Amino acid sequence: MREELVEEELFAPGHRACAGCGATLAVRLALKALGKNVIVANATGCVEVISTPYPETAWRVPWIHAAFENAAAVASGVEAALKSLGRRGVKVVAIAGDGGTADIGLQALSGAVERGHDFIYICYDNEAYMNTGIQRSSATPFGAWTTTTPVGRVKRGKDRPKKDVPAIIAAHGAPYVATASVAYPIDLIKKLRKAAATEGPTYIHIHCPCPPGWRFDSDKMIEVARLAVLSGAWILYEIKNGRLNVTIKPPKRRPVSDYLKMQGRFKHLTDAEIAEIQRTVDERCRHLGVG
Amino acid sequence: MKQALTGNEAAAIAAKLARVKVISAYPITPQTAVVERLAEFVANGELDAEFIKVESEHSALSACIGAAATGTRTFTATSSQGLMLMSEMLFVASGLRLPIVMANANRSLSAPLSIWCDQQDSMAVRDSGWVQLYCENNQEVLDSVLQAYRVAEELLLPVMVCFDGFILSHTAEPVDIPGQAEVDEFLPPYKLPNPLDPCRPVTMGPVGVPECYEEFRCMLQEATRASKEKLIEVGRAFWKHFRRRYGLIERYRSNDADVLLLTMGSLGSSAKDIVDSYRKRGEKVGLVRVRSFRPFPVKELIDALGSAKAVSVLEKDVSPGSAGALFLDTAAAFINVKRAPLMLDFICGLGGRDVSSLHIREAVRAATRAAEIGEVRKAVRWLGLREKLVGLRI
Amino acid sequence: MKSWRGPPVPVAARPSVGSSGRTSSWRIQKPVVNLKRCTRCRMCWIFCPDVAISFTKRGPAINHDYCKGCGICANECPAKAITMEAL
Repeated sequence: MREELVEEELFAPGHRACAGCGATLAVRLALKALGKNVIVANATGCVEVISTPYPETAWRVPWIHAAFENAAAVASGVEAALKSLGRRGVKVVAIAGDGGTADIGLQALSGAVERGHDFIYICYDNEAYMNTGIQRSSATPFGAWTTTTPVGRVKRGKDRPKKDVPAIIAAHGAPYVATASVAYPIDLIKKLRKAAATEGPTYIHIHCPCPPGWRFDSDKMIEVARLAVLSGAWILYEIKNGRLNVTIKPPKRRPVSDYLKMQGRFKHLTDAEIAEIQRTVDERCRHLGVG
Repeated sequence: MKQALTGNEAAAIAAKLARVKVISAYPITPQTAVVERLAEFVANGELDAEFIKVESEHSALSACIGAAATGTRTFTATSSQGLMLMSEMLFVASGLRLPIVMANANRSLSAPLSIWCDQQDSMAVRDSGWVQLYCENNQEVLDSVLQAYRVAEELLLPVMVCFDGFILSHTAEPVDIPGQAEVDEFLPPYKLPNPLDPCRPVTMGPVGVPECYEEFRCMLQEATRASKEKLIEVGRAFWKHFRRRYGLIERYRSNDADVLLLTMGSLGSSAKDIVDSYRKRGEKVGLVRVRSFRPFPVKELIDALGSAKAVSVLEKDVSPGSAGALFLDTAAAFINVKRAPLMLDFICGLGGRDVSSLHIREAVRAATRAAEIGEVRKAVRWLGLREKLVGLRI
Repeated sequence: MKSWRGPPVPVAARPSVGSSGRTSSWRIQKPVVNLKRCTRCRMCWIFCPDVAISFTKRGPAINHDYCKGCGICANECPAKAITMEAL
């Protein structure tokens, strides 16, 4: 067994996530990477509502939820408190979805990173507001159907590209920023460990397929996540002190249509639209040196 | 030691004396000097605390929530729009039962934009589950912040100490600053029953399903009700240590009064002068000042106002479509009480409009007239309104 | 006043297994492991979002109280040692 894969489970079974939930797996793996000495500040969203029906909770680490847009601000307070108490060795972790990160929580995240708090921010990106029932966020990819980007005669899914939050955080000068995928657990765990070993604000953005929201069968969750990486639609990299390094390079990239065609949210796309998405993916891959 | 202090300085010094460990605040007029003074204390090493210079008031209170939940004494300060931006988190702070103390320099709300004083900001969040204290002078600001920590931490309730923007926040008055040793004796170190700690994991802020949500709200209501007794108890302890008396209300020449003024905040001291001038002429006029608006001192107000013939409420807030909040709650206090005074509501001093002695006398005259004829023709009125300016006809 | 008893505690929940009950009741199919084919690679274990697979010397053990039957383990098993069977 790889040394990254510790046995201990800090996220308990019996939670309320949908079958095949990518976000929940991301949290389980993240806690495996980080261990017990953490305090989690969780934004409102899927992970929060599925795990903490009072008086029970799936979290075996200290955890607080305050609101939707402020996970980074709550984490700032926890970190400052630990500092003022002289407590060392406890890492503060903010966890939020793509809505809580790229949209409503972006200001609090930007503020906390700029102030330089010693904490890890994890964004579990399932590319829409899944908890409220699949509404578009700024992290929803181009062309995707959601309930607020429906496919009609005039509009055909989301007409804007995905917001690049890791780049925004890297632009703050954060010492460690990385993307990850639930299909690559060793890569994900290594990155979280690096983040934990880094002093200052670090950011991990995890691609987490959502079977009901993306419209595919739950058993295909990892396959979809893997195809995103193999096609170059989701690129796994890390930015350490400003230097970008791609961590998983697919030997020969798969066509992006292999990834898109597994998901009902893209089923309306024409060949021309898919070709357009392929062009965008190619360009980005070239830009990041994925090949 | 007496020193001339503005209300803002008094609040900042009180936070320092309380040995707060985490401060999280954002600048806004007229509160900004609180933030500046605390930043200086931390920079000079006079105060051993973390000061989080947040990017918004929403994050200011969010960070206080995180810090208080981790087991540290926290402080924040704001005004007006800042309090509005915090409002979502006000409910979360009380719902999580975190004993955060906040200084609010009362300021009006936009639009139109106004940086000047009234109490519409804190009145707008009166249902947020925070204890609300309103101060008459800068000594009371300092003393109330110290008492607020005792009340907050013993009941696990957040407390807002309100003082009138500019009128108190920017006006220097002699304030007796207690010594650190005395304050330490009065205010023991902070201890939260279940802080966020990897040694004993707890989940704070879980989902409240319908089977338990109502119970949490009821617990909050009961704790806030209990804070009345706690405020009295802490007031007594404060008297023992510092020889200054505080209660839920302040009564001024009110015992035998036929006509009473009822107000909050710095208007109390202007009203006292007017009461004195009436008393000199032998007229039985008195004043009651509400210090604790939440919890609302129902029993105390029934005792204080019950034997008067008429009461004029002077307040710097309005609930459009209804009346002023102090008037409404006071009127409600007398429901099911056999003998109630006639009550009039005077909305005044909004957006920094000066409330002059003439205005206060007008409120006294109206109550006197109501007492004579035994009825109130118009319950809610505005004082000092310049109708012609905007073509108002009321 | 009298009805209120002692200092209240903040809204806090304690860690527990099965916070939402036996989520196995959601299942319409269940994983069945053929231990003879299993190579002990642990893919099934690492990819389970429900923490419903533990690993013994013999191979994976499914926690049938909490397995929701998503089928990821069967789909990801490189040795095809897990099959999803209808209930």
